[in-house]
Amino acid sequence: MQFMLLFSRQGKLRLQKWYVPLSDKEKKKITRELVQTVLARKPKMCSFLEWRDLKIVYKRYASLYFCCAIEDQDNELITLEIIHRYVELLDKYFGSVCELDIIFNFEKAYFILDEFLLGGEVQETSKKNVLKAIEQADLLQEKTETMYHSKSFIGFKKAY
Amino acid sequence: MPAVSKGDGMRGLAVFISDIRNCKSKEAEIKRINKELANIRSKFKGDKALDGYSKKKYVCKLLFIFLLGHDIDFGHMEAVNLLSSNKYTEKQIGYLFISVLVNSNSELIRLINNAIKNDLASRNPTFMCLALHCIANVGSREMGEAFAADIPRILVAGDSMDSVKQSAALCLLRLYKASPDLVPMGEWTARVVHLLNDQHMGVVTAAVSLITCLCKKNPDDFKTCISLAVSRLSRVGTPSSSLGRQELGHGHHPSWFARRAGHSARCVPFISPEDAAVKGRLVECLETVLNKAQEPPKSKKVQHSNAKNAILFETISLIIHYDSEPNLLVRACNQLGQFLQHRETNLRYLALESMCTLASSEFSHEAVKTHIDTVINALKTERDVSVRQRAADLLYAMCDRSNAKQIVSEMLRYLETADYAIREEIVLKVAILAEKYAVDYSWYVDTILNLIRIAGDYVSEEVWYRVLQIVTNRDDVQGYAAKTVFEVRAPLEGVSGRGQWSLAPLTPTPAHSPPVQFSLLHSKFHLCSVATRALLLSTYIKFINLFPETKATIQAVLRAGSQLRNADVELQQRAVEYLTLSSVASTDVLATVLEEMPPFPERESSILAKLKRKKGPGAGSALDDGRRDPSSNDINGGVEPTPSTVSTPSPSADLLGLRAAPPPAAPPASAGAGNLLVDVFDGPAAQPSLGPTPEEAFLSELEPPAPESPMALLADPAPAADPGPEDIGPPIPEADELLNKFVCKNNGVLFENQLLQIGVKSEFRQNLGRMYLFYGNKTSVQFQNFSPTVVHPGDLQTHILSGPLAVQTKRVAAQVDGGAQVQQVLNIECLRDFLTPPLLSVRFRYGGAPQALTLKLPVTINKFFQPTEMAAQDFFQRWKQLSLPQQEAQKIFKANHPMDAEVTKAKLLGFGSALLDNVDPNPENFVGAGIIQTKALQVGCLLRLEPNAQAQMYRLTLRTSKEPVSRHLCELLAQQF
Repeated sequence: MQFMLLFSRQGKLRLQKWYVPLSDKEKKKITRELVQTVLARKPKMCSFLEWRDLKIVYKRYASLYFCCAIEDQDNELITLEIIHRYVELLDKYFGSVCELDIIFNFEKAYFILDEFLLGGEVQETSKKNVLKAIEQADLLQEKTETMYHSKSFIGFKKAY
Repeated sequence: MPAVSKGDGMRGLAVFISDIRNCKSKEAEIKRINKELANIRSKFKGDKALDGYSKKKYVCKLLFIFLLGHDIDFGHMEAVNLLSSNKYTEKQIGYLFISVLVNSNSELIRLINNAIKNDLASRNPTFMCLALHCIANVGSREMGEAFAADIPRILVAGDSMDSVKQSAALCLLRLYKASPDLVPMGEWTARVVHLLNDQHMGVVTAAVSLITCLCKKNPDDFKTCISLAVSRLSRVGTPSSSLGRQELGHGHHPSWFARRAGHSARCVPFISPEDAAVKGRLVECLETVLNKAQEPPKSKKVQHSNAKNAILFETISLIIHYDSEPNLLVRACNQLGQFLQHRETNLRYLALESMCTLASSEFSHEAVKTHIDTVINALKTERDVSVRQRAADLLYAMCDRSNAKQIVSEMLRYLETADYAIREEIVLKVAILAEKYAVDYSWYVDTILNLIRIAGDYVSEEVWYRVLQIVTNRDDVQGYAAKTVFEVRAPLEGVSGRGQWSLAPLTPTPAHSPPVQFSLLHSKFHLCSVATRALLLSTYIKFINLFPETKATIQAVLRAGSQLRNADVELQQRAVEYLTLSSVASTDVLATVLEEMPPFPERESSILAKLKRKKGPGAGSALDDGRRDPSSNDINGGVEPTPSTVSTPSPSADLLGLRAAPPPAAPPASAGAGNLLVDVFDGPAAQPSLGPTPEEAFLSELEPPAPESPMALLADPAPAADPGPEDIGPPIPEADELLNKFVCKNNGVLFENQLLQIGVKSEFRQNLGRMYLFYGNKTSVQFQNFSPTVVHPGDLQTHILSGPLAVQTKRVAAQVDGGAQVQQVLNIECLRDFLTPPLLSVRFRYGGAPQALTLKLPVTINKFFQPTEMAAQDFFQRWKQLSLPQQEAQKIFKANHPMDAEVTKAKLLGFGSALLDNVDPNPENFVGAGIIQTKALQVGCLLRLEPNAQAQMYRLTLRTSKEPVSRHLCELLAQQF
């Protein structure tokens, strides 16, 4: 996989992950172009498209588009499965994930992605193991957090 | 919304993000960001040392600002400092910042590398993983130089944790991909191969990814991995074995692994005599997968079948890769055939794509051909241009002498309506097929002329040159070609006209006298482009040679001031030279100079070369070479399969004036299509200039230059006619009002205009509901293409995985006769609490005009109320339990209707809650209780309505266990009085 983008129906980028070295300018250009192309497609169209010499695999979940660029020899259906797996992980972690969760906890979304995919390859195929790793990290975190914060913020999620 | 916060409690960050989201304009956002940047900068520069937490918070804010698309030019140092924190969370944020925002500042790289080195040596697996992730995310050469030697050691160390091994394997892979020279092969490679036998599935998967890549470049070092991979594959492939079950039981997906293992097997050159046994086992595995794919699915979920089909497609590509098992190839083809008509667009797309490669194998070519009708049908009926393009590719691949006529005529027919984006490619394909499989020349000439007639603007120069070459080389075609061209040329103009003019004079046509031919030619002269006119002048001088009787007329034309003093140098020169030539030279000299062109030397078709260029290296040639029928007797005497020779006009071609023709400009229509898309889809958030600009070569390392291919073809597969991302329009303005009428009742007329009436009857029990919609045609004319659909609009709060409501609809008849009524049943399941109702979109054609209407479906959260009776004591106890300020919602509002106690009671009952008497001390007040039933959870609700008859006001208070529900119910109910 060369990169993964998450963007909203309004074309706002929510997460970007690049597995090939590109300059910021190039990244912005690719993002603009792909967001535009994918948003222009109708709901019932197939999830794959050829774009330059890459294959784009995308899927829409509620208001969010998940879009991956893969190479010629990569399998499209597996990529759809990877996307879905990532969504499931987010869902499990946040508990019925919605776009707001990803906006406000973008760093978590990155951490989960890093546990799941590394360098564009699947690192951990078991959902359980990914979540275990993240939860362990959260535990490490809370030990230190409580020193700084009263518990009023933890344990209650503000509705924004 | 989840009750537990997973955020790590950076309150300042959450506030900042909220602020940004509340900004009304771009300017306000930039202002807020600049303020924050100034604040952070002063904090970082301040005298007071920041604690780790603050540093982490500010670095995180910077990261967020960067991700919004703003440039960040400071804070790197603070992020690097976080790396050496011994608090996991600070370290983690530091690494995240580095991997997202790294720049090759050498000073920092040294510091970062130091921190990574420390973490790698820490023997703390979580720290080691963080460091490895960072290396993999950055993957720069500097990191490679620093760590390429260490990582293999970590990977094969006996005491490394599984998670560390996984990360190390993929990290190494990334470094190897970036700079292979930095990763030394050594004794570790043998030990990496043995990771394929590891107990931990994640380790195996990661190792397979790594080995797959390594063995492509070092096949000898990794020979042993084949048998290991195959045996592992066979264990996964047969679920009866204990290992297979065990792996499934752990929630692992064997598909990841299966495809990876298959992949690696594909990358290693196979030595069949030595490895007969291994090969036999592999074939067995492949058969098992094919068999399993035929079994009926255990679950109807798309995801489940996705995983299964992914394995199937991977298996098929492995089968194609070996290309040695006729049985398997034919079976694969048959199984793909079933997908050609699958209802999933994705699978149809992939089946067409895989079949394309199957068509190139001699074993399965015939099997592929049996699907020709399905594929032609796909070309005609698919709604998605990318699928149609695959269908066209497959037709091209399966074409041979036996079906060429059918395929070419279908492609020509398709060309008339084809999307602009793929026209040029189809033109090229038709031209190639017509040439390759032509049995008689009249068919060939007819086809090409048809092609020009249908898609004149898309017929590139290459096609023309090719036709000229062929016609020139074949005396017997010339007569027919010239005659046909002469007959059809009148309506033709533009680029395509050019070739025609030069064709015509090759042979005299008996049917028309030379002067008539000339006057016909010349009548269009002034309309032609400069290049065409240059060709025409050449044609004229040839006329003089062949038909001396036209000499006077032509000399007059050449002598005319518009030629001799033409502003274009080329035209002027030709006119002068030809005029002199015709007057000075004797007939013999003229005949020698203008002798008929010698046949073109045989070489690769320039069209084929162009198609290959468009497709990228290798893509086209594999197909064409593999499929060539050795005994075929091509018109052009066989096409040389040398992909490297790109044809250039031979010196002799200059006689025809080919040299004079300027290189073709990109077809204007395809460039235009790109611009059109920009205008149509310029969304509110999109930048104004989104069109592809060819001068900025991005992804340039990845893409071979293809200067002539129009950008739009590759960049914009979406057809220009797309209405937009959503299939349905926004709800009509009165939709909210209509919805409000149904908050407290279940039956009634939802909508009515002159054409259509929509009635609703619904019943709800617990979290389930059934709704009958009645669509009445009020006119006397039949509605056509009548299609009502229900969608749930996704918004920020919508859960990504599934909407809060599951709505099942049955299709209704597409025609509604005048005066008739059709009924539609909706089954509704409430999965979670929700705020926005689903949308009902009704579309139909009335008297030819399309009608579209979007309404809000009268399903509000209170429909899933279950009334609860309780005594005063219980009520107050529960009321007190729900005393958190955010659990209560209150509204004081003016009465919009007469304040009648009985009506109010009826409304509250209609709302769904139970009415509790003798609870409130004031008998004027109303008190209610109920439970909202959703599949995921139940929400207890208490309400109190206090009318104030004197002031004509109400006070409404709701308490529920969920804040959004309290507010939403309060708003819904307040509008009813």
